[in-house]
Amino acid sequence: MKRAGFTTVWLPVALLLPQLSIIAIFFYWPAGWAVQSSFYLQDPFGFGSTFVGLDNYTDLGRNTEYLRIAWFTVIYTCLVTFFSLAIALLLAVKADKVIRGARTYRTLLMWVYAVAPPVAGFMGIMFFDQRTGPITDLFQTVGSDFKLGVNYTDTATAMVIAAVWKQIPVNFIFFLSGLQSIPKSVNEAAIIDNRSATGRFWQVTFPLLAPTTFFLLIINITYALFDTFGIIDTLLKGEPGNNPMTLVYKVFLDGFRGNDLGGSSAQSVILMVLVLILTVFQFRLIERRIHYT
Amino acid sequence: MAVVTLNAVGKTYPNGFEAVKPSSFTIADGEFVVLVGPSGCGKSTLLRMVAGLEEITAGALQIGEREVNDVDPADRDIAMVFQNYALYPHMTVRKNIGYGLKNRGTSTDAIEAKVQEAAKMLNLTELLDRKPSQLSGGQRQRVAMGRAVVRDPSLFLFDEPLSNLDAKLRNQMRIEIKALQRRLGVTSIYVTHDQVEAMTMADRIIVLNGGEIEQIGTPAEIYHSPASTFVASFMGAPPMNLIEAWIEDGAVRVNDGTLLASSGNRTVGPVHLGIRPEDVQLAENGQIPFDISIVEELGARRLLHGELGGQPFTVHVGKDVPATAGQTTVHLKPESLCFFDPKTGKAT
Repeated sequence: MKRAGFTTVWLPVALLLPQLSIIAIFFYWPAGWAVQSSFYLQDPFGFGSTFVGLDNYTDLGRNTEYLRIAWFTVIYTCLVTFFSLAIALLLAVKADKVIRGARTYRTLLMWVYAVAPPVAGFMGIMFFDQRTGPITDLFQTVGSDFKLGVNYTDTATAMVIAAVWKQIPVNFIFFLSGLQSIPKSVNEAAIIDNRSATGRFWQVTFPLLAPTTFFLLIINITYALFDTFGIIDTLLKGEPGNNPMTLVYKVFLDGFRGNDLGGSSAQSVILMVLVLILTVFQFRLIERRIHYT
Repeated sequence: MAVVTLNAVGKTYPNGFEAVKPSSFTIADGEFVVLVGPSGCGKSTLLRMVAGLEEITAGALQIGEREVNDVDPADRDIAMVFQNYALYPHMTVRKNIGYGLKNRGTSTDAIEAKVQEAAKMLNLTELLDRKPSQLSGGQRQRVAMGRAVVRDPSLFLFDEPLSNLDAKLRNQMRIEIKALQRRLGVTSIYVTHDQVEAMTMADRIIVLNGGEIEQIGTPAEIYHSPASTFVASFMGAPPMNLIEAWIEDGAVRVNDGTLLASSGNRTVGPVHLGIRPEDVQLAENGQIPFDISIVEELGARRLLHGELGGQPFTVHVGKDVPATAGQTTVHLKPESLCFFDPKTGKAT
């Protein structure tokens, strides 16, 4: 077979250049700056900076508030990822079986996808509003007094619910297309081989969805860690007080509200390393067990 | 091993489409029955109703002594081989074959023994630890067979299992499947649209058309005494010649007056006269003129296409019979003639 190739060196380079420059300018350059400024202590009014070495990092390690937020971020990410995946999978499995009005049903389920995170957060505020929120009313009927923005657990619950609600449609679309790519006859062969529908799901359907699930797992962890910023910001109304927040929001608060650019850079670097470790871990440990058809 | 009885089994979809009209037949213990027909004739639907993958909307289905209309597919004691094999892509060959047994509570040792036995029977022993994606089409087909055989069911169902294979492999697998079925003696229903497969494999053939049974019979019966013009033209390659003719005064004649045959005591009126291409002989001084336009050379035999009484006609001769395009005369074997009613298409 004839191998196609470039005869000159500069053409492939020129073709790659736009993509490479985007990555360099918007990813590596800022990342480099973050690493650099994490070693400095910036003057709040921008009159200069002092080299402080690793002080910004060691300070964070001793900061109990930072550790508390890190711990919350871990729990928050796990909850958001688990629930948005689980609920979306359940909906997709059910929607896959709908025969009549399937298109309408699916479109309705995907609608939420178009909602921007701050809007999702705003809708969360309305739902959980102290006086008029329907979910607050619902909690009250079972005897629980829901206080968004005042009670730590209540605010955390609202954050998780809003974030999960926003993410379900994306997962739903992927799960549904994953389910529909499983050959019908494989499901039918399983029906003859196994009486139990639950057994069939976990032994045949779920393993065949594994590539989709793995992809979504990465997407969802990233979403919970970073993209829920808008939801959190809106729910906290810029008044963090004693409320729960994630590490990304803390970076924003310290850097732009607290004017501690060095400290917040150090936090960003920690986040970058965290994501790096997470990605390596995911590909090394989980992907090996996945069967791609 | 079981007798399978269909008592007016039919399928009507919710939109009112009747895919299978109420059909009744009985399959004897150990018999190999082939359902054949053009696409959309309802043969697959019928098979899937037997499997339990499609709901039966009319009639009763019995496998063995038991009515199974409302029995779960997994409890019908059947095994099915699908057109695209339907192997579980994430499982090894060993697990694919053993999956049905595992879910029926067979012990691990017993499963391993049975899988080994089935693998040996199908020459799969070397491949047990491979995934389906690492197998060729023929090997996948064998795994699908192994999955059916290992369960030792009372009924095998085959849904066009060979249509994804190339011609050579298809001929080989055809013989293997038939031999395996003979050896195991399991009652089998086999769906195909390929009339050669139907003829070569079946103990009995059921020809379906438009959701209705056209004819049930042994391959020889179907071939030599088709019950309708549909069966006559569907079975056999090239199909049976059908000539529009007229019966009068004890004779069958085409429009130009050529005498084709004696009509015996059939009623006066129009008729479709059928004759298989190989039942026509070229005759030096025959009574029936035949105008050959194309000679198809097939090696072992020749097909002569042309016109008889202004209608398309094909004659099948051996390789030793010389033939060239042009006028000649033919002789029709009187005992091989079939008569069909032009209105209903049924044999008279």
